[in-house]
Amino acid sequence: MIKRELVVIGGGSAGIAAAIAAYNNGCKDILLLEKDAELGGILLQCIHNGFGLHRFGEELSGPAYAEKWKDSLAQTSVDVRTSTTVIHLTSDKHITYVNPNEGYVTVEAGAIVLAVGCRERSRGAIATPGYRPSGVWTAGTAQKYINMQGYMVGKRVFILGSGDIGLIMARRMVLEGAKVLGVAEIMPYSNGLPRNIKQCLDDFDIPLYLSHTVTDIRGKARLNGITISKVDEKLTPIPGTEMDFDVDTLLLSVGLIPDTALLNEAGIKLHNKTKGATVNEHMETSIPGVFACGNGLHVHDLVDFVSMEGEEAGAAAAKYLRGELIRKEDSVIEAGNGISYVLPSYIDTEAMEESMEIKCRVTGNARNVKLTLKNGDKLIKEIKKLRVAPSEMEKIEVKKAEFGAAKGRFVLALEEL
Amino acid sequence: MYDIIIIGAGIIGSFIAHDLSKKLCNVLVIDKEADVANGATMANSAIVHAGYDPEPGTLKAKLNVRGNRMYPGICESLGEPYVRCSAFVAATSEAESRILDTLAERAGERDIEYRDMDGDSARELEENLSDDVIRVLEFPTTGIIYPWNIAIALMEEAVMNGVDLKLSEEVVDITKEERYKVTTDRGVYEADMVINAAGVYADRIYAMALKGEPDFHIKPRRGEYYVIDEMAKPVVNRVIYPVPGPDGKGVLVVPTIHNNVLIGPNSQPVDDKEAVCNTSEALNDVKARASKTVKNLPFDKVIRTFAGLRPSGDTHDFVIEESKTLAGFVNVACIESPGLASAPAISEYVIDNFVKDAYPDKNASDYVHRKPITFMTGMSDEERNELISKDPDYGRIVCRCCLVSKGEVKEAINRPVGATTVKGVKKRVGPGLGRCQGGFCEPLIVDILAGELGVDRADIRYDSAESVMLIGQTKKGAL
Repeated sequence: MIKRELVVIGGGSAGIAAAIAAYNNGCKDILLLEKDAELGGILLQCIHNGFGLHRFGEELSGPAYAEKWKDSLAQTSVDVRTSTTVIHLTSDKHITYVNPNEGYVTVEAGAIVLAVGCRERSRGAIATPGYRPSGVWTAGTAQKYINMQGYMVGKRVFILGSGDIGLIMARRMVLEGAKVLGVAEIMPYSNGLPRNIKQCLDDFDIPLYLSHTVTDIRGKARLNGITISKVDEKLTPIPGTEMDFDVDTLLLSVGLIPDTALLNEAGIKLHNKTKGATVNEHMETSIPGVFACGNGLHVHDLVDFVSMEGEEAGAAAAKYLRGELIRKEDSVIEAGNGISYVLPSYIDTEAMEESMEIKCRVTGNARNVKLTLKNGDKLIKEIKKLRVAPSEMEKIEVKKAEFGAAKGRFVLALEEL
Repeated sequence: MYDIIIIGAGIIGSFIAHDLSKKLCNVLVIDKEADVANGATMANSAIVHAGYDPEPGTLKAKLNVRGNRMYPGICESLGEPYVRCSAFVAATSEAESRILDTLAERAGERDIEYRDMDGDSARELEENLSDDVIRVLEFPTTGIIYPWNIAIALMEEAVMNGVDLKLSEEVVDITKEERYKVTTDRGVYEADMVINAAGVYADRIYAMALKGEPDFHIKPRRGEYYVIDEMAKPVVNRVIYPVPGPDGKGVLVVPTIHNNVLIGPNSQPVDDKEAVCNTSEALNDVKARASKTVKNLPFDKVIRTFAGLRPSGDTHDFVIEESKTLAGFVNVACIESPGLASAPAISEYVIDNFVKDAYPDKNASDYVHRKPITFMTGMSDEERNELISKDPDYGRIVCRCCLVSKGEVKEAINRPVGATTVKGVKKRVGPGLGRCQGGFCEPLIVDILAGELGVDRADIRYDSAESVMLIGQTKKGAL
């Protein structure tokens, strides 16, 4: 069997960054596997701008942002295989991949970085009633048809879900000459970034129906209409609140889910909230030497943070390969009141580096609050926030000195000021 | 000029066409749908029932038992999977237990293997069986299949052996003069005999020929289902039935060939013969009723819901008979459950009783057998690599959920009775059946279809001619 020091699965923003970081940290035998014909992942179809502000201090389009990373990758000796799909991943780090040139190949990896990305929740997953005509797509699929193939999907459009891809696609459809009749969001708040609400809906007079969902889909061949209804606090549609829209297209932006087929096969422990792997502060999964990052770990709102997380995972993998990733005792970090999830799930307060970053998402919009990290009653860290929103990931840096001798169980919670 | 025209290319029409292709006769199959197996055959529980359930003395009882015994051999000859997965019929009360006594009695009379066990013994075999289940009858000869793939395989072999197939052609008139004249929206065809296997439309087709009121009517009963991701831990290994009731076999939990789980169906009479829509009432009802026999159902792993229409008649049994007034017009109608399980036996019954010896058998050596479609997930790495070395497209995975290669998609398009639509590709080789529901693979499938068929992407349909996908190019144009 072929042996490789490090195999990075996924050549999107997280995987490219992980490969470069591992290389820069001394690992020279790296294989990067990408299923599509080109590196870059979902960035390639994101032709709008807004990428790179945090990482490069400038606003780039998705392809331009990917290009910068691909240029850096070209400066390394990372071995890249495109049109290559990973079929199997075992708990002893054997990877089977396939591509048209090599066929099926199994390699044994010293370490693995999983940068597998996420998929969109489909109509089937949310069990929307009605017919199943053509004309109903996830927003990302429509984006691929329009931006990658150059084909339009419809003329009169409604969008379910106010995730960022849905908002971006609302604007994109208008720019291509379609009429967007509205966006329905089942929650009382949007899941998209505020700037996208402004630039993609408000600027084009597209109404946003909060606390509404699609309750009927009509058309036996091609979509010809939908009904939306207001929902109550339990998210159940309220009879009598129906509104009909004559549309030929319904785009769904109802959530992204980390792709975990390979993780399941390898038996990697999953996080019940993020649906990705559980990791420690080195982005290491329940299998030592297997790291996870990017949207395949938890869904991010900004690609810059995906790249940064990829760099963390790549650097940690290089350290693992050098035998320097020492674990003494895992403590757990849990989500407390007002927090939907916290990452990492495990931390070694004794063996950790000088500082670490805790990422979290809150469960609802709030103002004048503080994020508190506690070990029992002992306050480890507290950060005040003027406003928090579920659509925006929060990051908290905690120094080793701040943990002190604390270990065991830590809880991150949202408290009123 | 044909000897026999079959109207309908579902599982029944496909079986009859296949079996007639072994005889020296000219057969034409007509269906208004864009593909074989697009009606009831596409949306059902995909089970070959054992045959203990139908009332004694009915065609349903006779043909279900016979069909169950025919399927394994037929699937083997077609190269299509058949899994004898067994089934539990689960009782949760003394009243339900008494119904099991009746089923056991029928099974005994019909020589159907069964085992009787208490709830605890059954739970040792199926850990997710509800704690409320007090007694179970197990029927080991229950099987699962992919109904549409079997219909496609049958029709493919029929076409390879000389049967003509007209899809996307709707029959608009039938007249009997010297011979039958069948008029469609595209042409006129003549034959000595017409076999009406038109599913939910069988009563309308018969009325067309009769120029009057038929002696059976079809009022479809809709059944709605959930599909669970294969990534969920095995929910059940066997089909789990509640005890049957007045509206049929009840809500089942069904393992499928590719490790998904089906949960459904309910039973709702509808007027519209095309009303294959889901309703939240029915889906909630299915959820509640499935939970009576199976616990820990992973409704958070649902990847799709769908609905199908049973071609249920007002006759309480299959109608398989020659018209009393129109000689040579054979109705094969009201084929509701256990229609799929009975299908091979229905075809045999039709040929034995109505075609008889009118046409001699072909020499067995003249009959061409199909080569099963390439299914890479069922191969060894060595076999796959040999295939990839001949055609690298077998090494290009286009569907990451079901791991389907571009080579397999091309093959599905280029076979006899090949796929011409996105749904056709999905039915034959799987892209779109998985957890992304086509989100990733659909644009790739559209591309491959356009390439292989030599048309523009905008000409590719999801299914029927009206199911337009891409409406034209963007301002910048095709890329």
